[in-house]
Amino acid sequence: MNIYKFELKMLIKSIIIWGSSISFGLLLYMAFFPLIMVDNDAMLDLLSSYPEEFLAFFGMNADLSFTSIMGYFGVTISFIYIPLAIQASLYGVSILSVEEREYTADFLLTKPISRKQIFMSKFLAAFTALTIINVLVWIFSFVSLLSFNGGMTIDYAGAIILLSSIVLLQLFFLTVGLLISVLVRKVTSVIGYSMGLGFGLYILSSFGKMLSIGFIQALTPYTHFDPVTILVDRTYNWGYFLINIIVIIISFSLGYFLYQKRNIKAL
Amino acid sequence: MDIIKFDKLTKYYGEVKGCENIDFAVKEGEIMGFIGPNGAGKSTTIRTMLSLIYPTSGSVSIFGKDAIEFGPEVREEIGYLPSEIFYYDKMKVIDLLKYSATFYDKECDEKIIYLAEIMELDLNRKIQDLSYGNKKKVGIVQGLLHSPKLIILDEPTSGLDPLMQQKFFNLIREENKNGATVLFSSHILSEVQQLCDRVAIIKNGEIISIQEIKSLREDTYKKFILKGTKIDKSKFVIDGITKLEQTDHKVSFLFRGDINEIIKIAATFKLTDISIEEPTLEEIFMHYYE
Repeated sequence: MNIYKFELKMLIKSIIIWGSSISFGLLLYMAFFPLIMVDNDAMLDLLSSYPEEFLAFFGMNADLSFTSIMGYFGVTISFIYIPLAIQASLYGVSILSVEEREYTADFLLTKPISRKQIFMSKFLAAFTALTIINVLVWIFSFVSLLSFNGGMTIDYAGAIILLSSIVLLQLFFLTVGLLISVLVRKVTSVIGYSMGLGFGLYILSSFGKMLSIGFIQALTPYTHFDPVTILVDRTYNWGYFLINIIVIIISFSLGYFLYQKRNIKAL
Repeated sequence: MDIIKFDKLTKYYGEVKGCENIDFAVKEGEIMGFIGPNGAGKSTTIRTMLSLIYPTSGSVSIFGKDAIEFGPEVREEIGYLPSEIFYYDKMKVIDLLKYSATFYDKECDEKIIYLAEIMELDLNRKIQDLSYGNKKKVGIVQGLLHSPKLIILDEPTSGLDPLMQQKFFNLIREENKNGATVLFSSHILSEVQQLCDRVAIIKNGEIISIQEIKSLREDTYKKFILKGTKIDKSKFVIDGITKLEQTDHKVSFLFRGDINEIIKIAATFKLTDISIEEPTLEEIFMHYYE
């Protein structure tokens, strides 16, 4: 419990920065919707002049137009996914490795606690931090839907199903980040790994959608929980859902196991 | 009772040997020196005791329990001072020490204040603003604040000025008097000489000798320095002579054996000066490394 509290305290600054940026970004993005609605026809013309692959690359879908409130919300969330994923990867890659990188492992790991306790405390602290951000996204999603809907009907059930995916997206990047950090001998650049993971999978997902390559799409949580698709279907793609859960469970267990076995070398 | 018991402890990092066949024991209440040059395997051995690294084969038990299997339990009563000190930079000293104390089921506040006073450590400064020596002091307080039964020191004195070093040694002696067993790793013999009862000497990852400090010095080694113009160094090449050196008009060596033999040989030369001294530990010690 003491490690959990300590770790969470260490994350406070990060939570404030990520939380305010993501909330602000979400609000700002949504605030433009009434403007787009005003020029609805012009926007529809513009969008229809682009090839479908191009729209797919940016997460847009012909069945739910960008010019409807829910379509716009879906695209907004698909962009918000990126910082959420990067933040989760960042925590995943750094929470365990920071002790070795900054040589504090000799302090923490020689205390009368097991590696299991350290792993779990740190994991839970990071997950708590991510959950705070998650809650903020929920709050600001509904605030902005209510404020900037331009008189259109809000699909609350769809929004709830969509926002429920965030926790799985976060867990995916958190656990994969954790696994990477215990697989490599030494994490030299946390930013490098987490940006690579967060952005890399996003780009992979965009290409997967554009080129309709199922294999690639199955690899990335951005497709597992593609916001516009979820809003159209009003349910998850359960195949992808399962893949996502399996990756989370494997990454977590393997990370947990490997951390017990890890040799913490001196300088 | 053995507080630490190494049983053929071996650690390889892939192909690279960390330590091999470490096999000795440290008794309760003892201050044991652990000495060897950098890279000899001291830290590897110590880190295995704390389950920071895991042995390739063999084991180490502390308080009669396997140090890996019962790691958390065993570490309740261990105070460890790492050779390089790094702490959460942005914290205040007192906050770090309090965090450290939360890991033990003991009331540590008084001890923290007591130790900080002796070591002249300012508790309200941020760790990142501290000098190397002051960080070392944080390490010392952190290692002793829960009054552990076993104190493991890995090159503890680097960065401390001589006065602080003495205060630190006094602290260790005091803890030892109160029942703590100490394992003191160092590459500086004079430190070990000051503090320890016995010393284990490690070289290339293997223990090459375990000696009482007293006997190490009383081992009838004498250091001879002979001065004169025509001393023939080669005459001194007999059994028991080590570190034979000649410069201009001076011949020096260590000798262990019947000193009359040396006197006889010395008498054949015309000397201007002769001195026979107790060798320093360093000098005795060096022959293990030749």
